[in-house]
Amino acid sequence: MNNTGENTIPLSLRLLLMVLLTVMAVGLAYAVLSLPAQAPGLSVYAVENINISGVSNPVTAVLLNYRAYDTFLELGVLLLALLGVWSLGCAGCQHQSSPGPVLDSLSRLLVPILIMVSGYLLWAGAHAPGGAFQAGSVLGAAGVLLLLAGWRIHAGLAGLPLRIALVLGVAVFALVGAVLILPGGQLLAFPPAYAGGLILLFETVATLSIAISLTALFLGADPDEEDAS
Amino acid sequence: MIEMHWVVIVILLPLTGAVVCFLWPRQTVVSGLITAVGLFASVLGLTWQVLEQGALRYAVGGWGAPLGIDLYVDGLSLLMLIVTAVVGLAISVYSSAYFRLDRAKHFWPLWLFLWAALNALFLSADIFNIYVTLELMGLAAVALVALSGGANALTAAMRYLLVSLLGSLFYLMGVALLYHSYGSVDIAILSQRVESSPAVWVAIGLMVAGLLLKTALFPLHFWLPPAHSSAPAPVSALLSALVVKASFYILLRLWLEVFPLTNTVPGQFALGQFGLAQILGLLGAAAVLWGGIQALRQTRLKLLVAYSTVLQIGYLFLAFPLASIIGWKAALYLLLAHAVAKTAMFMAAGNILFYGGHDRIADLDRVAQRLPLTLSAFGLAGISLMGLPPSGGFIAKWLLLEAAIRSGQWWWGLMLIVGGLLTGAYVFKVIGYAFTRSDLPHEPGFVPKRMEWVALVMALLAIVLGLFAPLPLALLEIGSPFGESLR
Amino acid sequence: MSYIFLYALVGMGLFTLGLYALIIHAHLLRKILAINIMGSGVFLVLVALAARTEGAAPDPVPHAMVITGIVVAVSATALALALMLRVRSETGRAELDEEPLSKFDD
Repeated sequence: MNNTGENTIPLSLRLLLMVLLTVMAVGLAYAVLSLPAQAPGLSVYAVENINISGVSNPVTAVLLNYRAYDTFLELGVLLLALLGVWSLGCAGCQHQSSPGPVLDSLSRLLVPILIMVSGYLLWAGAHAPGGAFQAGSVLGAAGVLLLLAGWRIHAGLAGLPLRIALVLGVAVFALVGAVLILPGGQLLAFPPAYAGGLILLFETVATLSIAISLTALFLGADPDEEDAS
Repeated sequence: MIEMHWVVIVILLPLTGAVVCFLWPRQTVVSGLITAVGLFASVLGLTWQVLEQGALRYAVGGWGAPLGIDLYVDGLSLLMLIVTAVVGLAISVYSSAYFRLDRAKHFWPLWLFLWAALNALFLSADIFNIYVTLELMGLAAVALVALSGGANALTAAMRYLLVSLLGSLFYLMGVALLYHSYGSVDIAILSQRVESSPAVWVAIGLMVAGLLLKTALFPLHFWLPPAHSSAPAPVSALLSALVVKASFYILLRLWLEVFPLTNTVPGQFALGQFGLAQILGLLGAAAVLWGGIQALRQTRLKLLVAYSTVLQIGYLFLAFPLASIIGWKAALYLLLAHAVAKTAMFMAAGNILFYGGHDRIADLDRVAQRLPLTLSAFGLAGISLMGLPPSGGFIAKWLLLEAAIRSGQWWWGLMLIVGGLLTGAYVFKVIGYAFTRSDLPHEPGFVPKRMEWVALVMALLAIVLGLFAPLPLALLEIGSPFGESLR
Repeated sequence: MSYIFLYALVGMGLFTLGLYALIIHAHLLRKILAINIMGSGVFLVLVALAARTEGAAPDPVPHAMVITGIVVAVSATALALALMLRVRSETGRAELDEEPLSKFDD
C-alpha cells in the first residue's frame, strides 16, 4: 500500500467526481429526511406472532422463522464463497506463522473461553440478542486464533469430514425444510409445538458451519489439496 | 391428490446437487448431469402446474407477506425459468465434455449454485430476498469466470466482482428506503402502497442504477467484454445467456409492479417515469450502435461475441419507451431468442478455441472444412441474432417494430435495422475467415463430438423458435404480468 | 424528527464516501475496503430507521436483514481478498489494468 494511492486520476476529474457525489449525497439525505417521522414497520406483526415462533427474541424469530428462507440462502452464500476461494487454488495464500510465546499461551487461554462464549451466545439467542451468527463468528475467531498459533486440521479429517461440516448448515436446512412439506405444510413452516427445538437445531448446525467456514476462508485453500500437492 | 411443490423443488434440487458434487468430487460430473436432467424435468412439472392452475403464490414458512417471504410464479417468471432450464441443460451437457476433472470438480458445484440462485431469483416476490439471490448469483458467476485462470481472467473476475457488489449495494440502499417508507419488502404489497415521494424517487434511481450496472447497459458495459470473453466457453455462454438477463428481469419486474405507470394518477410520477423510459431507450439505442461497432473492430472471436451481447442488451431497453404489452412481449421474446442463439455462438467459439488453441479471427484456418457442425452452429445462431426469418430473433424484432409503429415512435424501430446490419457484418466477417486458408495453420486439437452437436442443436432451436412463437407468447399471458390496460 | 435520523444521515454519508474511495483508489485492497464502508452505510440506514418510533421497541425485521447482509458482506469480502491475492501472484501487483482490453490483442 505504498504509493499506489490516488495518483492515477487527475485533479480536475476528482473535483468533478466530488461535485457529482455531493449532489448524490444531498439527494440521499433529502430522501432520508422526507421519510415519515414515525413508522412501526413490521414490528407489530413480528410481536403478534412471537408466541408461536418458538423463541422470544424477535430478531431471532425473524431470522430463523419468519424469514428463515433468507437465512437458508445466506448460509448458501457463505458456502459458495468458500467454494469460490477453493476454486482459485490460492497457492501463495497460506499463512506461514511462527507463533511466539505470547500468541502461543494466549491462544491456549482464549480458545476455551471463546468456545464457552460462543455456546452462551447460541443459547441466549432464543430470548436475548445473540444467536447463530454471533456464536458462529466468535467460534470462528477461535479457529482463526488456532490457525495463527500454527494448528492445522488433522489430515484424516481434511477430506470428506471437513466438507460435511462445511455443508452441514445448508444441508440440514434443506432437509428439515423439505421434510416439513410432507405432512401438507409449506417449505420451512415449523409447527409451533416443535418450533423452539427446530430453531435450536438450526442454530447449532449453523453455528458450526459458520465457524468452520470462516476458519477455512481464513486458511484460503482446500487443506486436502494442500497435502496432495 | 398430493400437490407437488415444484416451486420449491426447482430451488432445492440444484442446491442439493451442488452439495453432493462438493462432497464427492470424483463423481461430480455424473451427479451434476443427473441434477441437470432432474431440474429440467422439474421445470416442466412446474410449467404444467402453472398451465393448469394459473399464477401461483407460495408462502415460505407459511407466514405469507408482509411478515414472511412469498414466492410467485406468473408467465414472466415461468418464461425465465424455462429459458434457464433449456440453456442450463445444454451447458451441462457441453461442460461434461469441456472440463477435465481438476476443473470439473470446481465447475459443477459453482454452476449448480448459480442455477439455484437464478431459479430463486426468478421466483422471489420479495425485494430483500432478491438481494440475497443477486449476491448468490454474482459470487458464483465471478468464481466461474476466474476458473480459467491466468492474468486476464483473474483481473476480469476481480473487476466483475467489484462491479457486481457495487450494483448490489445500490439496489440494497433502494430496498432500505422502500422498506422504511412502506413497511414491506413484498412486491405485491409495495405495488399497492407506492406513491410519488422523494424517498421513492431516490430508491428508484438507486435501484435502476445498480441493476443497469449489473445488466451492462451502455455506458455501464465496460466490465462485460473482458469478463465474458476470458471465462471458459460454457461459462461465457451462461453469463451472456442468463446472468445479465437476471438483473434485467428484476428491473422489468420493479418497473412493471413497484413503479407502475398504470395505477397512479397521471401527473408527476407518470411524467417522471416517462422521462426515465426515454433515457433507457436512448441508452439502449446507443448500446446497439456501440456494441455493433466494437464487435466489428474485434480481432478475437470471443471478444466479438461478447460485444454482440452488449448490442443485444441494447435491444431489450428499446421496449421501455414503447411501454406497451406487445413491446414487453417482444423484449422477452428477444431475450429468449438471444439466450439460445448466444449459447450456441459461445459454444461454437469454444469449439474453435478448443480445436485451434486460439481464437484470432484472422487466423481461423479453414474451420468450415474441419468443424462443419460448429461453423453451421455459428452461422445459424448469427441468422437469429441478425433477425432474419424464420428465426426467433426475426419474430421478436417484428413484434418490437410493430410496437414501435403502434405507439407512434417509429424511430426506435430504426435501431433494429441498424443493429441487424451491424450484426450481419460481424457474423459474415467471421464466416469469411473460416473458409479461407490462413498463414498460420492450426495444430488441430480434438473436439468431442458432444460439444459440436450441442452447439448445433441450440442454434437450430434458435431458428425453430420463430416457427413456434405463439407458444411462449401465450405463456407470458399467465397472471398478466404486463397489466391489462393498453397505453 | 428524532436524533435517529442523524444516524441514517451518517449512513448515507458513509455510502457516498465509500463510493468516492472506490472510484479514486487503484489498489484493490482499498477498493475492497471502500465497498465494505458502503455496505456499512447501508446497514446503518437500515438499522437506525428501525428505531424511529419513540417509546416502542425497534422493528426487528431490518435488524435481521442487516445480520443477513453482514454474512453476505463477509462472504463477498473473503472471495474478493482471495481473488486479489491471486491477481497479485499472476500480475505482480494488486491493481486492475488501466486498459483492460489491450492485452487481448497480444
